[in-house]
Amino acid sequence: MTGEALAFYVLAALTLASGLVVVTSPNIVHSAVALVPSFLGVTGLYVLLNAEFLAGIQILIYAGAITVLILFVIMLTEGGTGMRARQRNEQGPIGAAVAAAMAVLLITVATHTAWPRGAGTLPAYTTAAIGRSFLGANILVFEGTSIVLLVSLIGAIIIARKEE
Amino acid sequence: MPWYLELLRAVAGTILIFSGVAVIAAMFGVLLERKISAWIQSRLGPKHVGPQGLLQTLADTLKLLQKENIVPRRADPVIFASAVIVVPLAALLDYVVIPFGTTRAGPLIFRDLNIGVLYFAATSALVVVGILMAGWGSNNKYALLGGLRSAAQMVSYEIPMGLALITVALLAGSLSTVTIVNAQAGLWNIVSQPVAFLIFLVAATAEVNRTPFDLVEAESELVAGYFSEYTGMRFALFQLGEYGEMFAMAAMAVTLFLGGWRGPILPPVLWFVIKLYALIFVFMWVRWTFPRFRIDQLLGFSWKVLIPVALLNLVVTAFFVVVAHR
Amino acid sequence: MPTLTHYLVLSALLFALGLFAVVTRRNSVAILMGIELMLNAANVNLAAFNRFAAPGELQGQIFALIVITLAACEAAVGLALVLAAYRSLETIYVDEINVMKW
Repeated sequence: MTGEALAFYVLAALTLASGLVVVTSPNIVHSAVALVPSFLGVTGLYVLLNAEFLAGIQILIYAGAITVLILFVIMLTEGGTGMRARQRNEQGPIGAAVAAAMAVLLITVATHTAWPRGAGTLPAYTTAAIGRSFLGANILVFEGTSIVLLVSLIGAIIIARKEE
Repeated sequence: MPWYLELLRAVAGTILIFSGVAVIAAMFGVLLERKISAWIQSRLGPKHVGPQGLLQTLADTLKLLQKENIVPRRADPVIFASAVIVVPLAALLDYVVIPFGTTRAGPLIFRDLNIGVLYFAATSALVVVGILMAGWGSNNKYALLGGLRSAAQMVSYEIPMGLALITVALLAGSLSTVTIVNAQAGLWNIVSQPVAFLIFLVAATAEVNRTPFDLVEAESELVAGYFSEYTGMRFALFQLGEYGEMFAMAAMAVTLFLGGWRGPILPPVLWFVIKLYALIFVFMWVRWTFPRFRIDQLLGFSWKVLIPVALLNLVVTAFFVVVAHR
Repeated sequence: MPTLTHYLVLSALLFALGLFAVVTRRNSVAILMGIELMLNAANVNLAAFNRFAAPGELQGQIFALIVITLAACEAAVGLALVLAAYRSLETIYVDEINVMKW
């Protein structure tokens, strides 16, 4: 077993195990904290896929900012005091069946298709290539995303503001 | 190298970083802090344990090791215990990308990632989750308030720090720390980017919760903030995380702005250590000189002053880089 | 050696976990966490296709970067909505928010 395969299996186990804790834990704070190892596992997978800029951004934004945001909202609403309420609604079995059906469908499609291999190689330093692409071929996407960011920033501030 | 050798090298490096940081940053740093604060306040500091008080922190650590590990009654045991691991771990992970010097075989760095500066910003962002976990898991309203305020402060000051880091990376053309040090062969970045240096120092002081931004752990305000309920070795680990992160921020400032290990006659590692301790002295000097900010003044300073100044600095630098290359 | 199929199976499983959280949890913050897991699964898929099937250009990674950005926006707005709803409705469980106004 090569090192890359071993790393893949360890990271996949970490991601899926913490994902399981996120979706099934009755304590919402445990769920939120278990998001961090899940995101770190995905970061490792990006590094295996030669996407190192994406890995750095994943830790910075997902594990560092979105998790903090989720924990803040849990602590400012009824977070841990609502622990005795039931966390799962009555759609448990149907939800599990739908999720399993979706997984089976996706896995069947993935394993039974011969994906063609494209030409070329990934650049060694993806950060420079991504930067050049954002200011070159993908500039419209870049500018559009910055407008979306501005709008959502203003929107989040206005929605969460206390009414005086 | 085959993967088991890489794994062994990673484990050996982890042990080396942990013991290096534990001894130099935590033990020596705490002693240095007490001696410098004593000198600024016209008194003498610890003198009795060992020659000139040098073994004081060792004695303190031995004392903390034999204290009882108290867990509050209705605290969440899993989160209470894991917070102690997350905070020092994120602080120690910062040291992977710092070049301590250079030898004939190459730079003395644990791993020269080609996203080094981005990795440093990312691991500083991981500390916030640990602080929120510590504040929540203590089942104590002062700890929770301290944790929330500390998290808000650290998240607010990550942005000017990131903008200052981007400006330096823009000048050097790469995110790798070794490339940035080599790009300062002609002129140190503190001369060409003084504004970014000041912004980075202020943001670094706020990131490690030091005065004047230490409202969240001041005794007169919030008992001890997010680590009020931690005793014994867990308290020592939090202090290790805080001092380790301060040393990591100072080391990164030396790498990015003061030319890293570059210098004329002495060996490179010695130059790095001299510059590092000069910056540590500045950090400690600021601590014992300024009063502390209120939380709204602190957050307002970051969002209304530091971020516009950092953005303006970035735009002006980018303009000059483009014009100079044309 | 992990091939494209390994990564696709992993992302399918992660997507199914996120879907299970969205369909069965009552707490609205837990639903948002499920959405984040689904977006991560999609990102792993994009990065894997970029490396194995189309390595000539970086479209997959750029798409994944845009998805991360938009996920952050959507999490911010969604959590602001949860806060505003908690302030006036006193609850964050989605099956208790079932009347338009009272």
